Order: sequence, then structure tokens, then C-alpha cells
Amino acid sequence: MVATEQTERRGETMILNMGPQHPSTHGVLRLLLELDGETVISVTPDIGYLHTGIEKTGERLKYQQAITLTDRMGYLDNMLDELAYVLAVEKLLGIDVPERVKWVRVLFSELERISSHCVWIGTHALDLGALSMFMYAFRDREMVLDIKELVSGVRMMTSYFRVGGLMADLPADFEPKVREFLRTMPGRIDDYEELLTRNELFVERTKGIGVIPTETAINMGCSGPTIRASGLPYDLRKQTPYSGYDNFDFETVLGQNGDVYDRFLCRVGEMRQSLRIVEQALEGMPDGPWRIDDRKIAYPPKDEIVTSMESLIHHFKLFTEGLKPPAGEVYNAIEGARGEMGYYVVSDGSGKPYRFHMRAPSFYNLQALPLMAHRYLVSDIIAIIGSIDIVLGEVDR
Amino acid sequence: MRPGDAAEALREHFGDTVTDVSHFRGEATALVDRVAVVDVAGFCKEGLGFDFLVDLTCVDWLDREPRFDVVYHLLSSSDWQRLRLKLHTDPDVSVPSVSGVWGAANWAEREVFDLFGVEFENHPDLRRLLLPDGWTGHPLRKDYPQSQITLPRPRGDKTFE
Repeated sequence: MVATEQTERRGETMILNMGPQHPSTHGVLRLLLELDGETVISVTPDIGYLHTGIEKTGERLKYQQAITLTDRMGYLDNMLDELAYVLAVEKLLGIDVPERVKWVRVLFSELERISSHCVWIGTHALDLGALSMFMYAFRDREMVLDIKELVSGVRMMTSYFRVGGLMADLPADFEPKVREFLRTMPGRIDDYEELLTRNELFVERTKGIGVIPTETAINMGCSGPTIRASGLPYDLRKQTPYSGYDNFDFETVLGQNGDVYDRFLCRVGEMRQSLRIVEQALEGMPDGPWRIDDRKIAYPPKDEIVTSMESLIHHFKLFTEGLKPPAGEVYNAIEGARGEMGYYVVSDGSGKPYRFHMRAPSFYNLQALPLMAHRYLVSDIIAIIGSIDIVLGEVDR
Repeated sequence: MRPGDAAEALREHFGDTVTDVSHFRGEATALVDRVAVVDVAGFCKEGLGFDFLVDLTCVDWLDREPRFDVVYHLLSSSDWQRLRLKLHTDPDVSVPSVSGVWGAANWAEREVFDLFGVEFENHPDLRRLLLPDGWTGHPLRKDYPQSQITLPRPRGDKTFE
């Protein structure tokens, strides 16, 4: 990291600081670039600017309360974070949730994936000079935020998935809202593609840039579209289905070249697949309870509390002591918008997680950045960072 | 391969080096000897097909002897099975680094070093990852207070030119 040492060792190179405050670092990321002219010799990412000690805080909160923290780690696809954590705790408890809950979770997972990819396509294109894309993508993401607000009351930090179920059942005007989204979105994705996919300026900036071969990507633990663009079908929704994903018909979008352009195609293809899943989830949404019928895990309904002594005790116990999984450890991973999103939760039998750790996809994808950027130009770095779609909130935690 | 088979295969191949195999909620955990971890990791990758190191982290059991668990989560891209490796260690001994086996371990080990103070032998670049260079203490240790306020010195004592 000491600039002088590197310069002496390699001769005529220049060290350039990119970030931490730079619009195209997508958060507070600092890159130390070593340049030979405009060619990048090496990149040293410096992370931690958004470190807030979330894992430490998680050890202090009850299992139910820690859901609020997961929202704040991957803030662009926060319901996927919630899902990964909630599934981990449910695995720890050894419980299964009602069908309706699973379908709602799948539906929102895919809405989140689309909304997260909207942010990605907007900022990525913005970095490469396509200013209008940003407005279009954020306009469309707004629809998902509205749906999230409708069900949870909050636009971003929803905490809608709970251990053993959901926060509340879907409201009546939920279905028309999602239908409207399903009607609008395919045309919007066509617009994106029209603007970018065959846009010569965009293709020039992205094709053959930031190539990462499959073996290297595996070695660096890459996941999500970052590795699927290199051709490996690493999609946990397909490979190890969770939350009822095996009931849905969709395809894993793969690339071949592992460059920025393929990562772009992968994500755009994924948005279309996600729409398919949302549609199926909406069509086949089963009726039934929206949380588990176990008073030791899910809060009793309010009207029961005022009439039944037992419910009141359960309510009191859950809020003061929390739910108590048996001692043990689980790791549960789901397919986030950026790749494998895993939670490692260790229980000592008390109401709070003994260890609360998130495996962030961006953390490992970002680690591979120096390998992708080697020997490309400075301007390509911007394209490459955009293409791995990092969220610094989950990198730094 | 069924879950758990890999852990048994590991025990068969390494004998006493794999001190314990346990199952919980369908997940297999193999407890391995600290000094042999690079050999075990190499075998997991080459012999058993666990080409992904998806996660590497640590758990602090404050009152236990030895104090720390270092936990490795592996994934195979051929059959998508998972395996958890675990080893025991103490603050004053170092763990052999697996960054030679999986490149992904580089930052993960730095994070564990940063937040738990567990040292890794033969790591190419063992520096703090998330906290500033001048930070004292390791926040994820159980004896590090939740509400301690220490203002760090300016980032490192180094100058950039």
C-alpha cells in the first residue's frame, strides 16, 4: 500500500487513488490503481469505509430483531437478505412454513431481483455515459418500491419476512399492483435492450473487457451473474432449490465469455426470467395461513392475547426472551441478486444468536476485481466495477 | 454423493487428523486438526471436488479451551454438495492459511485476522481488512465491549505520494 515502494520496484508507474468518494465506485470504495500510462498494472481495493459492526450488533439482538439488520446489509435487495436469514433461523429451529408463505417469499425475491437489477443497469449505464438509462431504470424500480410499501409500510427496510412466516398477509390491492407491474415491465426491459444491447458505444466499452475465466472465478469464490457470465450454471434456485423454487419454471441465463458485456446480458436475461417467476407465483398463489401455527415461534394474534391467558404468556415470552432454537449451527444460502447470499448462525440455546455472520456475494466478487482489471485501461475499471454490481453495505457489514 | 459422505471420506483418508464428524439439520461438519488444514483443504478440493470456498469465518467461545473455531464452508460445483470444515485454535497460535488452495480465502482470512485476531501462517498479505490500520483490539471477540468508544488514529501512519 505504500506508494513509493511500488514505484521503485516497477519503474515508471503512477499510483492513482480512485475513491472513496467517487461516483462510479457505487458506495465508498477506494481503489489504489497502479498505472503505466493509462494501462492498469494492479488494483488494490481498500474496503471498510462502511463497516458498522453489524455482525457484532447482531449478537446483541434477539433472533427476530436481527432481521432489521439484514435489511441494512444488502440494501438494494434487502428482502433477499431477510429471506436468507429467516431461512437460516428456520433451519436452526427445524420448522417448515406454510405453502402460501413460500410463494409470497418467492414472489418478493424475484421482485427484489428485478428492482436490484434496475439499480444496477441504471448506474452501470450512467457510468458509461448513457445518462437517460438511469432515469428510466429508477422510474421502473419505483414500482417495486411501491409494492413493498404496500405490504410492509416501508419502501426499503421492509422486515416483511419473519421467522415462521410473514409480517402480515398480502393486502387486497396487492394483486392488481403486481399485475400492472407485470404488464409494464416487459416493455420496459425491451426499452433497456433497445438502448444498450446493440448500442455501438456501449458494446465497444463492454465487449471483451474485464474477462474472468471460469476457473479463476471459481477459485475466487465468485457467484451470481458474475460467474454465470463465465458459463458456470451456479444458480442455487436451480441447483439446491429452497422455499419451493422447484415448483417454478424458469431458466438459468448463462454467458460464455465472462466479460462485462456477458454479465450485462446475463442480468437483463435474468430480469425477464424473474418476471416469469413472479407471474407464476401470482397465478398459483395458494390460500392458507401466512405464518406458522406455533405459538413458541410466531406471535399470537392480537385478539387472542386479550382473551387467552396462554397466548398472553406466549406473547410475553417471545418479546422478552425471544424464540430459542436448540444449540447448534447452520449455514443457509440463497441466490441473491449478486450471487450466493449466506447466513451462518450459531446458537447456544439462548434467545440471541451467538454468532451472526453473513456471507456477502459482493465481498467475494469484489475480491476478484484485481484479476478482472489487470492490463485494461482506467476507463475500463469503471465498466468492470459496474458489471460486478457491488453493494458496499454487504461488503463492509 | 449424499451430504455427509464427503465428511466420512475425509475421515477415511486422514484417520485421526479428522477428529470428529457431526451432523446437524442435514449439514455435515468435519473437525480437523489445525496443523493439517492445508492438506485436508487440498484433498477436499482435488479429491472430493469442493472447488468453492464459499465462506470462511470464526467463532469465539470465550471460556472454552481452545478458544476459537475457524469455520470453512465448501461447495462443490459438480454436485452442489456442501461441507463444513472446522478447526480449533487459540489467540497465541497461528493457523496455516488456505489461500494457496482457494484464492477466495485471502480476504476472508484477513477479515478473521482483523475482527478476531487469529493469525494465519503463510498468508500473502495479512493486514487488517475492514478496520483502519491503527485500530487496537478485535471487535468480534466476545470480550470486546459492544459500546466501547475508541477513536482510531488517522488511517495508518503511512503517507501517500
